[in-house]
Amino acid sequence: MNGGALFIAVFLACAVEAVEALTIVLAAGFGRDWRSAFLGVASSLAVLVLIVAALGPTLTAIPLEALRLVVGGLLLIFGLQWLRKAILRASGLKATHDEAAIYRDELAAVQAAPLHRRGLVTDWYAFTLSFKGVLLEGLEVAFIALTFGANQRNVPLAAFAALSAVLVVAVAGITLRAPLTRVPENAMKFIVGIMLTSFGIFWGAEGAGARWPAGDAALLVLVPAVALFAITLVAALRRAGSRAVSSKVADESPS
Amino acid sequence: MTTRLKAFLRFWYDFVVGDDWRVAVAVIAALALTYAVSTTSLPAWPILPAAVAVILPVTLWRAARR
Repeated sequence: MNGGALFIAVFLACAVEAVEALTIVLAAGFGRDWRSAFLGVASSLAVLVLIVAALGPTLTAIPLEALRLVVGGLLLIFGLQWLRKAILRASGLKATHDEAAIYRDELAAVQAAPLHRRGLVTDWYAFTLSFKGVLLEGLEVAFIALTFGANQRNVPLAAFAALSAVLVVAVAGITLRAPLTRVPENAMKFIVGIMLTSFGIFWGAEGAGARWPAGDAALLVLVPAVALFAITLVAALRRAGSRAVSSKVADESPS
Repeated sequence: MTTRLKAFLRFWYDFVVGDDWRVAVAVIAALALTYAVSTTSLPAWPILPAAVAVILPVTLWRAARR
């Protein structure tokens, strides 16, 4: 995998997570208190930087074969989770991710919560909401950036891609002062699920001792193959779903 | 303390394993099989793609049935 592919994979994955974190921070800021929300963001970013700074050098020190086995396996489990949810959403069996609806729900919840002051934080609820939101979404960003970066022995480029994604989303959010509802989040999650699964298969197999025909070029077949398989599964689930609805209507209609 | 430890472990379980633990078990089994086959003269690379071709439809089918 060259630097460009590494950058795109990490950037896309991190942008999706950043959009979700932004919705939570906006709800905490607009619904409660901006200062506490920003303190929450800054604190969680500090924790994330510590995690990446501690794990980054450790991961790159592990022998490549062992790293690929563990990270490939984790990435495959993680990627299959993403792909499973994305396929269920695309086939209509799971509600699609709607940032506008999530923002409305979050805003209603934060406005109803009582006000508590703790130390420097004027609104503890707004602080913890943005801290938890950014930390949880940020952990996924850190996981993806570290695993991709360590496997390619290029953590700085992966970290740069992750930071660029966070920066682009943050600037867009500050400019619009609203959740990024126009970002094709569900399509992006589908693509990220395909990439995580494909790279998980590739690195996991290499780490377990398998040798791919054509080496790294095998990824050029693996990624489209996983994409085609996922699209076929979406079509199959949609067909099964519409058949189930038709037979239900036929059962319920008077003879 | 025990509650916090449980919550911590639960978070990492949900983070890594997710909604269907069978996926994680199947991936680990497929990796072990790949390693075993790689020590022979047989090609080991088809095992993980084949495993995904089975795991994904099965986990989706289970989710769709709910």
